[in-house]
Amino acid sequence: MTRWWQDEHFKLGLRDMVSVAPGMAAWGLMTGVATANSGLSGIEVMLLTLLVYAGSSQLAALPLIAAGAPLWVVLVTAFCVNLRFVVFSAHLRNYMMDLPLGVRLFRGYATADLSYMLMIRRWPQAAADAAGRRAQRNFLAGTSLLGWLSWVGANLLGVAFSSSIPMNWGLGFAGTMALVGILCALTNNPLRVVSLLVAGAVAVATMALPLRLNILVSIAVAVAICLFLERWLPPAPSDEEGA
Amino acid sequence: MEGTDAWTLLAVALLTLNTVVTRSFFFISSKKWTLPAWARRSLVYAPIAALAAVVVPEVVMTQGQLVTTWQDARLFAVAAGASWYYLRKGLLGTLVCGMAVYLPLRLGLGW
Repeated sequence: MTRWWQDEHFKLGLRDMVSVAPGMAAWGLMTGVATANSGLSGIEVMLLTLLVYAGSSQLAALPLIAAGAPLWVVLVTAFCVNLRFVVFSAHLRNYMMDLPLGVRLFRGYATADLSYMLMIRRWPQAAADAAGRRAQRNFLAGTSLLGWLSWVGANLLGVAFSSSIPMNWGLGFAGTMALVGILCALTNNPLRVVSLLVAGAVAVATMALPLRLNILVSIAVAVAICLFLERWLPPAPSDEEGA
Repeated sequence: MEGTDAWTLLAVALLTLNTVVTRSFFFISSKKWTLPAWARRSLVYAPIAALAAVVVPEVVMTQGQLVTTWQDARLFAVAAGASWYYLRKGLLGTLVCGMAVYLPLRLGLGW
């Protein structure tokens, strides 16, 4: 049996990730700069960089940690910013359940936005047979590995050169642009476009809510409206159904 | 501000745990379960909503306020990147095209 790193799907995953890794790296670089400039000690910066592996929740938590906010505020905020992963995990369940718990947790940890999105773009549903699911997970291993390397590598570079890279270059926007590309890739159905627009508008309108609860509210409102509209607009095709 | 303290280390450890738990949330338990039909339909729309709720504010808001000027490099970058995607389909092209519009506007014109 070929090992996972020799598998063609693993290589395919690496190749797919190459097209968005520059965005992840630029975003990682600026997150590294922001982390290094946040007033944390060197050890704290290194641990945060190497372990947390979630850029947006890292950036949301940093000012709170620096300001000495209560721990539960830091955590609930980071949880809300990461809510999209909870949604993704419901979808990923069928791809993952062949694995033992420890491996599942590790694979979950390693699956950030881009690797999840790249996989469901190729395979909206988990394969019916075990060999097919293993191939899908090998693909996910390729995207996740390259994603982790470019994120953490760039993050460390950002920490190292934090004094010579000014934040106002706005390089971090490359991360947002990578996610914009993914959003475009997901808009393959009118109701998905509605979901995007409603969630975006609600997130902006409710930004003043504490603890980034605006994200929770946006998902709930967008999904409710889409389920309601399914009566009149063509629902997203059933072969795209998660879980 | 320098100096490592236990409180911050605890925060970092819990943030790491938060990453593990949120990303694995629905496949931690190996108990068999089936989603009700409405929840299965929700999963068609929830991923894009969850991503949009994070991305859209990053494009149209500054410091928690909606941008009030059209002279914002981000708006043009997203328009350019999205146009590329719908014409050519490539993710890398979307990223490069968006940044090619964003950086000159931001660094050159200060938008």
